[in-house]
Amino acid sequence: MRLILITLLALLIATVVGLGATWTTATRGTELGTLTIGAWTARPKTGNSDIDPYSRATITRNGELPIGTGDGIAFTATTDDGKKPLDGRCDVVVSGVTPAARFWTLTLYDSKGHLVANSLQRYGFTSQEIVRGADGMFEIRVASRSRAGNWLPTGGIERYALMLRLYDTPVGIATRTQRDAPMPAITTVGCP
Amino acid sequence: MIRLLFTIIAGVLLGGVVHLVSVLALPRIATQDAHSRLTPMTKLNAVTQLRPADPGNTLMPYLDPAFAIAVCRYDLSGGPIKLTVPVSQAYTSVSFYTRNEIAYYAINDRSAGKKVIELDLMTEAQHNDLPEDEEVTAADRLIIDSPTTTGLIVLKALAPEPGLMPQAQASLAASRCALQTDQPAKADAPRGKR
Repeated sequence: MRLILITLLALLIATVVGLGATWTTATRGTELGTLTIGAWTARPKTGNSDIDPYSRATITRNGELPIGTGDGIAFTATTDDGKKPLDGRCDVVVSGVTPAARFWTLTLYDSKGHLVANSLQRYGFTSQEIVRGADGMFEIRVASRSRAGNWLPTGGIERYALMLRLYDTPVGIATRTQRDAPMPAITTVGCP
Repeated sequence: MIRLLFTIIAGVLLGGVVHLVSVLALPRIATQDAHSRLTPMTKLNAVTQLRPADPGNTLMPYLDPAFAIAVCRYDLSGGPIKLTVPVSQAYTSVSFYTRNEIAYYAINDRSAGKKVIELDLMTEAQHNDLPEDEEVTAADRLIIDSPTTTGLIVLKALAPEPGLMPQAQASLAASRCALQTDQPAKADAPRGKR
């Protein structure tokens, strides 16, 4: 009787620990094979057959299609440069330069990876439509209320993610540091 | 007391095994993966344009709204597939995914180097069955080996400004993805060009 109880307890612990760990890694992701530059994180290996099992689990669970290595690379940011989570009610400025790429797009997603509705129907910018300064630098204002210049509306949601996708770019598996890939800075400039 | 401690340790160790097995098994047992989501709305071995990404479209997460996207869901059991994608003005890319969403190959318009991206997709067995002399013309025909019999080809055309979206969609609408039914004729075509 005692033995049965103990075996059941061990199996119960195994199930909770095992599936719990799987659920956590599949939803939150792991640090495996990530490339982090400033607030931006990319997983260059998800674009080819060398993808790690954890990323595979996350991708199939979310139902997404990772961007292929021959196509480009995707960087995600959920915090600003000061590790403060991106808040849709605050004014956030994305500014500076981007790594070498033929085209890039910057898109705002909610925590589930869907676009956020707004009256302008603006969900992001492409490198071609952005307004730049005389020095080639750009500044994007991510805010809930209308702003001058490059305004990216947040719809006032609490948490969002920014995704910078570089298309036809040398940035990839061999990239390590900010010097290879100068990423734009993300700063929270004001909260109501 | 000791026995309880052993039980917990055994449980945690076994939990590690459960974790590893479930992570490896997840891609196979997932029912909401991209391939399953696209199956009801796409035709087999034909190009289907997806609705543009907008807040009401929750088909797949993290779609790029600046792109016109089309999908060819393929099944190579009937023979190799020929894919033709005309290059749009800005940027066009073709990505290949296995049944379990591994991006095994991707090419963009610049690396294709032509006005039209032309590819032959086949399984490794079908590639090995090709007649020897066909290998000579391999420079003309880009041959991709698919690790799985079924999978997805995703065609993307960039609209650098929202107003250019109809053009991007039109260039994808002209793309073709079909079984190579007439094998000998296809094999002759590249030779005729020389």
